[in-house]
Amino acid sequence: MGELTPQLLALQLVTGVALGAIYALLAVGLSLIFGMLTVVNFAHGAFFMVGAFLGIYFQTLTGSFLLSLVITPAVVGAVGMLAERFLVRPLYGRGIDYPLLLTFGLSYILIESMRVVFGIEGLPSATPAALRGSVDLGIGRFPLYRLALIGATAVVVLGLWLLIEKTRFGLIIRAGSRDPEIVRVLGVDVAKVWLLVFGLGTAIAGLSGVLAAPTRAVNPEMGITVLAESFVVTVVGGMGSLMGAVVAGLLVGVVFSMTSLLAPEFAELSIFVLMAIVLLVRPQGLFGKAGLMA
Amino acid sequence: MSNAIEKSAPASTVTSRRRLLQAAAAGTALASSPFAINIVRAQGAPIKIGFPTPLTGAFSAEAQDQVRAAELAVKEFNDAGGFNGRRVELLVRDDKLNPGEAASRTLELIEKDKVDFIVGSLSAATQLSINAVTRERKVIFNSISQSDAINEAKDWSPYTFHEALNPHMTAGAVARYAFPKFGKKVVYLTADYAYGHEMVRGFERAGKALGATTLADIRHPLGAADYSSFLPRIQALKPDVLVLCNFGRDLVNSAKQATDFGLKESTRLVTPVLLFTSRVAGGSDAFEGVVGGTSYYWGMEDSIPAAKVFNDKFRRAYGGAVPSDYGALGYAGVRSVLQAVLNAKSTDSDKVSDAMGRLEYNWYKGNQFYRKCDHQSVQSVIIVESKSKGMKDKNDVFTVASIEAPSESNLRSCTELGHKG
Repeated sequence: MGELTPQLLALQLVTGVALGAIYALLAVGLSLIFGMLTVVNFAHGAFFMVGAFLGIYFQTLTGSFLLSLVITPAVVGAVGMLAERFLVRPLYGRGIDYPLLLTFGLSYILIESMRVVFGIEGLPSATPAALRGSVDLGIGRFPLYRLALIGATAVVVLGLWLLIEKTRFGLIIRAGSRDPEIVRVLGVDVAKVWLLVFGLGTAIAGLSGVLAAPTRAVNPEMGITVLAESFVVTVVGGMGSLMGAVVAGLLVGVVFSMTSLLAPEFAELSIFVLMAIVLLVRPQGLFGKAGLMA
Repeated sequence: MSNAIEKSAPASTVTSRRRLLQAAAAGTALASSPFAINIVRAQGAPIKIGFPTPLTGAFSAEAQDQVRAAELAVKEFNDAGGFNGRRVELLVRDDKLNPGEAASRTLELIEKDKVDFIVGSLSAATQLSINAVTRERKVIFNSISQSDAINEAKDWSPYTFHEALNPHMTAGAVARYAFPKFGKKVVYLTADYAYGHEMVRGFERAGKALGATTLADIRHPLGAADYSSFLPRIQALKPDVLVLCNFGRDLVNSAKQATDFGLKESTRLVTPVLLFTSRVAGGSDAFEGVVGGTSYYWGMEDSIPAAKVFNDKFRRAYGGAVPSDYGALGYAGVRSVLQAVLNAKSTDSDKVSDAMGRLEYNWYKGNQFYRKCDHQSVQSVIIVESKSKGMKDKNDVFTVASIEAPSESNLRSCTELGHKG
């Protein structure tokens, strides 16, 4: 291991942060849905995958990556809202298992639909022309697109934070997660709020898909491993915590990246070891509230 | 009243009519039962070839192409009159890329469907489990996927044939092309399973003779989507050649990401097996300048007459489509078995195995034959380079950089594999 220069470690760290950005974005959507609706969305990886496919589709249709970045999450969010209204809503109040199984089944349907529409091989994805190539960071070459990705994630997270902390809608969401009964008594249509939150969560998943598509192969199975990773991040950060999702996302990304450098065979295992340690020391996650699972 | 009817008809007529009806019923039942085939058409029983392949899963595109090409071989054989009027039937089964499933399907094909031969498989693991079953049941198995292990004495049997290339041949051919051309300092990014390790071993062996040095062999988990965590280290090592010892989707992802990290500026990307479907899925950008090995590329038809004949047959049968690498193996695998049946004038496993062992053939890519000790098909390896400009149509994705002629010296020796003599 003689080549472990500070430059290499620094570059590896940057790689980890870029990786963590995607993890964070995914976890934010998952955590939002769990925190507010107490629904474990097993179709989250599938929505990510649908976002990737539709992102390429809209980009080819309109010729613009930016336009696709706006249209695709809207479409995926709409699909999410349809799923909530007709599939998930009837199951509220029946405990945590029913929506979990439902979303599990939903993921199969989404995967198969994409197979039918786009084929089993997947679609070739290309990095948008303006963001192609790599930059010399001084510590080594790094893809320009991944740097842009870190930036995009920061913007989305900031936007979400502003929404939740500074708007009336955000206030209702926060109140609704604390005590839905009282919020209902106060005259707020909680059902509509939940519909919008589910749509928002799935839209973020779709957005992550669009953003991730240029970096990896886009095929119907791409959401399956991503789902496990999203859950690890959400558990480590604390279900229902936005801050937790972001911090944990970055942490998991960095842990994975550094382990890949020092002990590559243990890289995949390392994130689960991290999750195990966090669960042993602080079961509610780094930023989670104790006893959220009622 | 009933008494009157009974009295009017004589007892013998009633009995004989009943007998007639019984006989007629029995005859009809017999004629429509499965036994009827044996009675009426004993000599014309179809020859059955079982074809287990992963129709569902990551390689379903390759598997479906294998089936199409195999069906082409069967149709050709039947149209030419079959074997003494006996036609061939292809029984396709889905092994789901799972060794247990593959073994079950194979057993079913042998016990229930009574197949005469088995051709198939797409992964190293499934072909070994299929071979374990066919070896025991003394049914010929012609494997059409890459594996080093199937040639080894402990897995082999006189009924085992290996139509496809193995990692040793493939990696060796690519090494012999790439290392002298691009440089001697090599880094391997290897999928951490048998196929990956076998490929690295093949490269290192060929590389040693050429003076190549391994700077690092970086193992990644099979099916990894993200390779960014391995790339800074590879960048720092500054190799002449980066060998991507992985397959299918893993290759698409790693090629894409290596391109993103600007690795192509100082390093040449090489891969042992460059699938047609991977190149199409990955796109011209990701694969630009990537060099790899393959068992077949349709573009060979410019220089190999047999390839043109095969391609044209496939185009006529499937609306202008061209056969892929693994697809062509499906054709060859079945055709070799059927030719051996004609040569042996029998479907008996021992006789056909003997005939196949002595077969010299040229079905689609040039001359081939099965080596005596391990029944490995000695054949050419094609080195292709991905095209990114001047592509005439969606299938024109490679240029044929070189064709390594078939030679037994490119295989591991019989003694090394544990065979006597």
